[in-house]
Amino acid sequence: MKMATSSERSPPPFPEDLEPEPDEVGDQDSDDGEDIFLGADNPLEIKMDHSLPASDIASSTKPLSEASSAPVMDILSEPASEAFSAPMMNLLMEPASETSSAPMVDLLMEPASETSSAPMMNLFMEPASEASSGPMVDLLMDPASDDLKEPPKPDINPLADIINDAPLSEVKTPVAAMTQEPPSDLFDDEPSELFAEPRQSNTAKQQQTSIFDEPDEDLFSEPLGEALKKPQNDVFKEALAPVAKASNVCGPLSDNYNEDPTDIFTEEAITTLPSAVSTVSVNSKTNGVHSDEEEPDIFAEATVELSLDSPRNDRKKKEAAKPSASASAPSVSASASKPQPKTLEELDEEIEDKFELNISITNPEKVGDGMNAYMAYKVSTQTTLPMFRSKTFTVRRRFSDFLGLYEKLSDKHTLNGYIVPPPPEKSIMGMTKVKVGKEDNSSAEFVERRRAALERYLQRVVFHPSLLQDPDVREFLERDDMPRAHNTQALSGAGFLKMINRATDSLSKMTIKMNESDVWFEEKLQEVEAEDQQLRKLHIMVDSLVGHRKELSVNTGGFAKSVAMLGSSEDNTALSRALSQLAEVEDKMEQLHQEQAASDSFCFAELLADYIRLLGSVRASFDQRMKTWQRWQDAQNMLQKKRETEAKLLWANKPDKLQQAKDDITEWEAKVTQYERDFDRVSATVRKEVLRFEKEKARDFKKQIIKYLESLLQSQQQLIKYWEAFLPEAKAIA
Amino acid sequence: VLNVDLQTDATLQVDISDALSERDKVKFTVHTKSTLPNFKQNEFSVVRQHEEFIWLHDSFVENEEYAGYIIPPAPPRPDFDASREKLQKLGEGEGSMTKEEFTKMKQELEAEYLAIFKKTVAMHEVFLCRVAAHPVLRKDLNFHVFLEYNQDLSVRGKNKREKMEDFFKNVVKSADGVLVAGVKDVDDFFEHEKTFLLEYHNRVKDASAKSDRMIRSHKSAADDINRIASTLYTLGTQDSTDVCKFFLKVSELFEKTRKIEARVAADEDLKLADLLKYYLRESQAAKDLLYRRGRALVDYENANKALDRARAKNKDVLQAETSQQVCCQKFEKISESAKQELIDFKTRRVAAFRKNLVELAELELKHAKGNLQLLQSCLGVLKGDT
Repeated sequence: MKMATSSERSPPPFPEDLEPEPDEVGDQDSDDGEDIFLGADNPLEIKMDHSLPASDIASSTKPLSEASSAPVMDILSEPASEAFSAPMMNLLMEPASETSSAPMVDLLMEPASETSSAPMMNLFMEPASEASSGPMVDLLMDPASDDLKEPPKPDINPLADIINDAPLSEVKTPVAAMTQEPPSDLFDDEPSELFAEPRQSNTAKQQQTSIFDEPDEDLFSEPLGEALKKPQNDVFKEALAPVAKASNVCGPLSDNYNEDPTDIFTEEAITTLPSAVSTVSVNSKTNGVHSDEEEPDIFAEATVELSLDSPRNDRKKKEAAKPSASASAPSVSASASKPQPKTLEELDEEIEDKFELNISITNPEKVGDGMNAYMAYKVSTQTTLPMFRSKTFTVRRRFSDFLGLYEKLSDKHTLNGYIVPPPPEKSIMGMTKVKVGKEDNSSAEFVERRRAALERYLQRVVFHPSLLQDPDVREFLERDDMPRAHNTQALSGAGFLKMINRATDSLSKMTIKMNESDVWFEEKLQEVEAEDQQLRKLHIMVDSLVGHRKELSVNTGGFAKSVAMLGSSEDNTALSRALSQLAEVEDKMEQLHQEQAASDSFCFAELLADYIRLLGSVRASFDQRMKTWQRWQDAQNMLQKKRETEAKLLWANKPDKLQQAKDDITEWEAKVTQYERDFDRVSATVRKEVLRFEKEKARDFKKQIIKYLESLLQSQQQLIKYWEAFLPEAKAIA
Repeated sequence: VLNVDLQTDATLQVDISDALSERDKVKFTVHTKSTLPNFKQNEFSVVRQHEEFIWLHDSFVENEEYAGYIIPPAPPRPDFDASREKLQKLGEGEGSMTKEEFTKMKQELEAEYLAIFKKTVAMHEVFLCRVAAHPVLRKDLNFHVFLEYNQDLSVRGKNKREKMEDFFKNVVKSADGVLVAGVKDVDDFFEHEKTFLLEYHNRVKDASAKSDRMIRSHKSAADDINRIASTLYTLGTQDSTDVCKFFLKVSELFEKTRKIEARVAADEDLKLADLLKYYLRESQAAKDLLYRRGRALVDYENANKALDRARAKNKDVLQAETSQQVCCQKFEKISESAKQELIDFKTRRVAAFRKNLVELAELELKHAKGNLQLLQSCLGVLKGDT
């Protein structure tokens, strides 16, 4: 009860003391938290600085047992800055080191970031494929209830209640009390509560959208409904049921739970991918599993009650849900045999259609003077996504902030095989020019080139369904006072390339060792490498074209002046006139070549540079898969050794050490199982990511090259205009 | 081909019907059609080399009789060195490139070589046509020998000593030229022509150099597009996905546009750069004429002074009178033809510029329209696909 009251008080944890402007709370509170941490413990400084403290707390799942969570709540109830004192710090310290070995926890805990990503996918896919065969309900329900030692009902109920009623925080009480291993939803909610209090409803929204805005939307709702058929009446009346369910099932995926449930998910992950995906496309037409009339209502209710979505979204959801009611099971199993690529395409198109986020970077501005000067950019976001506080907002960011964002995202997501879009490289040359304040063409061009590159970079990030959910991305887009990113030096041009090359080196070394069981990966990697090579070559050539076109522009300008002079010295009036007309034509041509060189560079060369960098990230994700494979193999070898040790001990008849050996074997068996699962999971992610990447690449290339060709076309049209005007002048010479 | 618009008539027509490149030599087949009685036949051909053209040119320059005429400028020496050097480099780099790249490079070089070859032939032909169209020079005996004698003219290139002599002659001439040019002309027409040609020559020289640079970078850009096309082709043949087909189409487009782009550069070279280059040499020849006249004027004035002095001293008066008369005759003779020559030069120049600039504009339009059409149809296909 004490905890309940304490968390009820928690909504504005600091405002009175630390943040007098209520509007700003959402932005400020994580700062406050950070300050407190800094005061309490210095070694954590950098960590706190970079990632939301929230996620750190979130990752503290394991040690945050009942006993220790009590003092935390106590502390929270005191709005003083001392709130986070020693016990809390300890709590945070431990998991920090612990979770680093299992980054999965990190990701799953943060509701916004990962609910829709790979593990979740697996989760959804699993029931989808099973739905047609029947026993899915048991599969999904059993492990969940077993592990939680409580039926999911009580878990969900309070949570939903609370969300509906008001203070989300109340959830903690029952949940924490109920499960020995606190389920993730506790921590899902807690961080946002601690640090982003006013966004409380946002947290709910995020979850909601992450589910609904994903391509998995129908997939999810469909098997879920089936899976929870029985408890549905109680649970689903509470609009938030899917959300609660989602975070609950995430629980098993974390370290504590991943014995049974994950087994099911990951094993099936790859094989069910096609069928699961194909279900999506079918769902819109005839969704098999549902016959409940309540289903549409549930979703509608959810949206209304929480006012999560715009009416448009609401309607969408209804549309999506409606056909599902009239569907029948066989259609699902039939559709499962559909070829994969096509449905994937459809899937992507769905993403595109639903994409409701526009990002632009404008107004590059030099801040400061001398060598400490830097460029700041205005990052404007326009969105109807409910996960954001408002529909339009702008922040100012500097280049290192973009690098910082990449580092954060890369740290979190590369490990899982995601292709994290890389930012443009640092350019000491370009920036020095800007710093020195040379107001010439090349520095203006540099600034514009970088602005555009940063814009494309950020668009790629938010376009990635999983990365969009990352709190760091949201923070980057929304938060007014970003803490300065440190250590971005590592990403300076040369360093970045080195990094990629290193990855490539280790990759090729590993390829020799790795006996690839999946030909797809082997072939794809080869394709990627060949493509990388060709793109680099092409990039050099396009760069050369840009250079020559600029040279042509300058030389045409020179010729124009020279011809003008020749015209002025010509003593035949008509010829003199024609020559000065020719000079004018050449003057315009200079401009035209200049513009064309800019098009060559911005439309074509930059596109290639982007994709050379992106292919580096693609390689990194293959590399990651290889590493996971290596870890699994190492664990297998270790297990083999342990077994040999046991055999030796048996033979030597040393029963005293036998128990230890048996324990070791059990431990390593578990590790092998888990690492194999990790490998399967990462493989599935890489495959999905590569397909997504290729799709996006095709779209990007087509769009950009068409744009480029259009620029060429315009050049030619201008050229025709100029020469047509000149021709009569030439004919008039007499 | 460069057109300097010469007034030709049927009595003497000269052209280069064929040319053969042998190592460092180019052999031109000079073809003549004539109704003039001093030729044995009405139509005949001989094989001539560049040195023989130079010999003919120099024989005109050295002939005092022609001092009052603009001597048609000698054709520039065939220069395939750059092209050959590139070809050699290509051979060395053969191992390091793909077969397509090698073929592409070879094609480019061959095209370049062919262009230089054609230009060389054109320049030599223009020289002969100019002479054949000239009312006085067309009757020159050396010229007739050059056209008709079907043996080697045994013209040897200048040796080192002769070259050094030429060099000093030129130094003296240009120093003298400055001196002579500084003398105010008694005739307003010539005074005006002098100022005009001095300025015009410098400017046409500048324009010629600038046009060369412009065209060179245009060619480089066209070559880049060519390489981009072949790399896109490689990218497009990697597999048969949608985007690969896209790359192939774009490659195909660039393959065509680069050809047009190269043609634009080549035509600008022919219609613009060559025209300017020709007038650089023609204006030099006109300047040389003015120099000769200026020199004759200075000589005449000096002879007048010498005569005055001789009369004052009453010493060697007859000798001074003769000398003064010779100088006077020479100056008047030069002045007489020079005026017409300079008027003709202007007429020819205006006509040549007109013709070439009209053709340039027409070719630019033709190429731009070709490019536009290619781009439009390609974009139509690509947009239809996506």
